[in-house]
Amino acid sequence: MKDFELTYHRFSERSILVQWPHRISKNILNDVLIFKNHLLKSNIKQVLQVNNAYNSILVIYKCTIDVVYDEVFALKALYFSRANAKNHVFRLWRIPVCYDDKFGIDLDEMSIEMKLSKSEIIKRHSEVFYTVFFIGFLPGFLYLGGLDKQLFFPRKKSPRLQIEKGAVAIGNQQTGIYPNVSPAGWNIIGNSPLEFFNNEPNLPCFAKAGDTIQFIPVSIEVHNEILKAVQNGTYSIESEVVYG
Amino acid sequence: MVEVLKTGLYDTIQDIGRFGVQKYGIPFSGVMDLQSATISNTVLGNSISDSILEITMTGPKLLFHCDIEIALAGADLSPKINSKTIKMNTRIHVTKNDILTFGKRNYGSRAYLAVKGGFQTEYYMNSYSMYGTLTKQSKLIKGDQLLISEVSDAYENINASIKIDKTHFNVSEIKVFKGMEFNCLSKIEQNTLLSTKFTISKDSNRMAYHVNETLENTIEPIITSLVLPGTVQLTPSGKLMILMRDCQTTGGYPRILQVSEAAINHLSQKGFGEKFRLKCID
Repeated sequence: MKDFELTYHRFSERSILVQWPHRISKNILNDVLIFKNHLLKSNIKQVLQVNNAYNSILVIYKCTIDVVYDEVFALKALYFSRANAKNHVFRLWRIPVCYDDKFGIDLDEMSIEMKLSKSEIIKRHSEVFYTVFFIGFLPGFLYLGGLDKQLFFPRKKSPRLQIEKGAVAIGNQQTGIYPNVSPAGWNIIGNSPLEFFNNEPNLPCFAKAGDTIQFIPVSIEVHNEILKAVQNGTYSIESEVVYG
Repeated sequence: MVEVLKTGLYDTIQDIGRFGVQKYGIPFSGVMDLQSATISNTVLGNSISDSILEITMTGPKLLFHCDIEIALAGADLSPKINSKTIKMNTRIHVTKNDILTFGKRNYGSRAYLAVKGGFQTEYYMNSYSMYGTLTKQSKLIKGDQLLISEVSDAYENINASIKIDKTHFNVSEIKVFKGMEFNCLSKIEQNTLLSTKFTISKDSNRMAYHVNETLENTIEPIITSLVLPGTVQLTPSGKLMILMRDCQTTGGYPRILQVSEAAINHLSQKGFGEKFRLKCID
């Protein structure tokens, strides 16, 4: 396994931030998740929790760290003793998205600016596989990597105060789905009828870091049908197991 | 049971927060001023993780439907039981049909009302803390009936009270550590940051404190990374954003400072228009 050059910094009295090189890449994410998993399994008693983003993990301790050097030393030793867990199970999720003009309120403007037809934008957005890097910003908001470079588009100059639940959007090099009604600075291109956060405390989000997402374009009629099924609790999201 | 006859500016049930669920994008939440909240729970012999009512600037009007021990700590908002002034940081016995009201704000911004055994309100993902879309209610509303354990043990620690240090409410220096991106600032920018007198803006809330002053900002945004309550971000417009207990779990603005845990409590007691300086203790 390739060792990355990591940096370790005290973040607060009770936490240390570990950083990988400043890039968004699937190789880095794999290493982040392997180390995070190893840290959680190693049962260090004083560790309260470990969270990850694209290229960093934050290790939060139960008590104030007395000697940062000691903790960093312990983390470094753990990093070099990590092993790639075999048969780590990830899933590929197929997420229905309706790109109808009713939902895709920024598609016209993007189409003009990008010099791509709306159907070309939809095609490029839905034909790639996205990697879930982490969940952040809002409960259930998936940070996805893998957006087609042609679709990179700057955030809106001033954010909308309120967008619809399920809005699918593009902001700079990222794409994502707003899991709830929220203010939004990204450009809205469609809507997914699924619940990305539910009140099931054991599994509030179906996807996790490392999983793969594919957007499946659906008509407004199908969108409505799925929305009804989701509301009745009769919809099951299409997915398949992928071994990492 | 405690009935809400009238709400204050912003009343929420809180505890020490929600842990272990940040991987779902869920904020930590929890009491803004952990020190004061702990005092009011401690006076009653409660656990520090028992749920408590956080009251902001102006207090609610509450009716007690049973006998119970209560304690108030944090901001002094002139609390009264049936129009009679009661002491802060002291165990108080209330009886059925007593009414708790608040008046003039003497010091601090956030008061904490603890009841013996804590409030038995909605418990969601290991916490009583109310938060936006996560819990059924995001704040108290008129007519709410807050369940409590109706056990009164008036004979235990009957005179319990804690003497507090009032300087907690008018600290002028907020202690900070250097943040992850502090060194991306030029020496001049660093000096300006640590010598400016900042004013708390009216946009401040449980999610973040904002300031009126603007700094020069030449730093590039970072790849979205992790943040915590107390993280100070510098926005592209040059405004400081000090993340508080309800903050998001990740962010893309440079993290130039980290407020010490004690100073998050100090800041929580400051209101709109109050001023402070940052003191680097790193």
